[in-house]
Amino acid sequence: MINKQISDPGEAISRIKDGNTIAIGGFGGAGSPNVLIDTLITRSDAKNLTIVSNNAGQNEEGIAALLKAGKVSKIVCSFPRMKNAWVFEELYRRGKLELELVPQGNLAERLRARGAGIGAFFTPTGYGTVLAEGKETREIEGVHYVLEHPIKVDVALIKAKAADRFGNLTYNKTARNFGPVMAMAADITIVEVSDVVAAGELDPEAVVTPGIYVDHFFKV
Amino acid sequence: MNTEEKMALAGRVAADVPEGAYLNLGIGLPTLVANHLGGEEKEVILHTENGVLGRWTDAPEGEQDPDLINAGKVPIKLLPGAAFFHHADSFSMMRGGHLDICVLGAFQVSASGDLANWHTGDPQAVPAVGGAMDLAIGARQTFVMMDHVDREGNPKIVSELTYPPTGLGCVTRIYTNIGTFETSPDGSKVKALYIAPGLTQEQVQRQTGVEIDFSLNKTHGE
Repeated sequence: MINKQISDPGEAISRIKDGNTIAIGGFGGAGSPNVLIDTLITRSDAKNLTIVSNNAGQNEEGIAALLKAGKVSKIVCSFPRMKNAWVFEELYRRGKLELELVPQGNLAERLRARGAGIGAFFTPTGYGTVLAEGKETREIEGVHYVLEHPIKVDVALIKAKAADRFGNLTYNKTARNFGPVMAMAADITIVEVSDVVAAGELDPEAVVTPGIYVDHFFKV
Repeated sequence: MNTEEKMALAGRVAADVPEGAYLNLGIGLPTLVANHLGGEEKEVILHTENGVLGRWTDAPEGEQDPDLINAGKVPIKLLPGAAFFHHADSFSMMRGGHLDICVLGAFQVSASGDLANWHTGDPQAVPAVGGAMDLAIGARQTFVMMDHVDREGNPKIVSELTYPPTGLGCVTRIYTNIGTFETSPDGSKVKALYIAPGLTQEQVQRQTGVEIDFSLNKTHGE
């Protein structure tokens, strides 16, 4: 019988290796998988991680705590400059953290492209800006586009509302944000959920992330 | 192949699908594989290109819903735990390498795994491709199920395709009425994993358009 539920996130987190790229869901605090991030901090020895996330954490919670723990060498991110993002700022200014700044739509689409097997795609976002410097461009029907490449993700850590044993997921309001595309993009997707439901309780019409994209989930 | 041979072939394919696999079954012969899956002892999740992941059976008379069909346009009845999605998501799933196995029919397969299954090359024929090219290249493993030879007795496992290709280097394993074979990346030969009882290696080789390596050959299921 298929059952992707685990009781101990530490075992799943131990699949993260040195140098891995980890996509972490959330937009600000909404959808941030804080239990998984804390498990990564306390239960994993992996170093030199690259984090892909919309933000870089606030105060000393979530991604900020992960940065503070010294496990991260690079962050791929659209908006690291938030209120109380002092952990990021301090590491960045000291040159301890590499930043790849990506326009938010390109971040989402590069993750989606990885999950969807698209080799690269042309987008108008960022054309003529410093964020497109050195990238291939093309004019298509009078519009300038930049060639953007997928982001290869080893492990995604995301938060969802409900899961059934097959790993089918629903989300809660704006906490959905990057969860579905990160689940698609990653080789291994680990999910923290607030509800576990019986197979058949999730309406097949309402499943947002089908279980094919989910490897492990656990109830917080 | 007669019905019995077809069912035996489908059973051989099904036996090689592990529990928990995400599986797409092409239209025609591969749909028979579903009859050998299911049951709680080995759960397999089916994908159909028209937008479902889950487990299902053919819908019995009286429970058929024209809005709930598989890729072969056959009405299905879902078991609990399914998910619906739109077409672009469905093909993203394939192309993104998320399906473990896809099983397809074929006109020809080359030793290097090139697949021909969408067009005979006959200029009079009306061409139709559907999801064949996406499926061929998308899954982690592509299995082919077919007759070992065509109606004229010509080998369908060949050194180079003479039919128009559907995808290149995509087939990993070939199941026919007389054997199971693995393709090789360099295209020099195929490896026999199984040959049907009562046949000699020479008889199988004679019906095959490329050299067969019999060193791995074993009776299926042993």
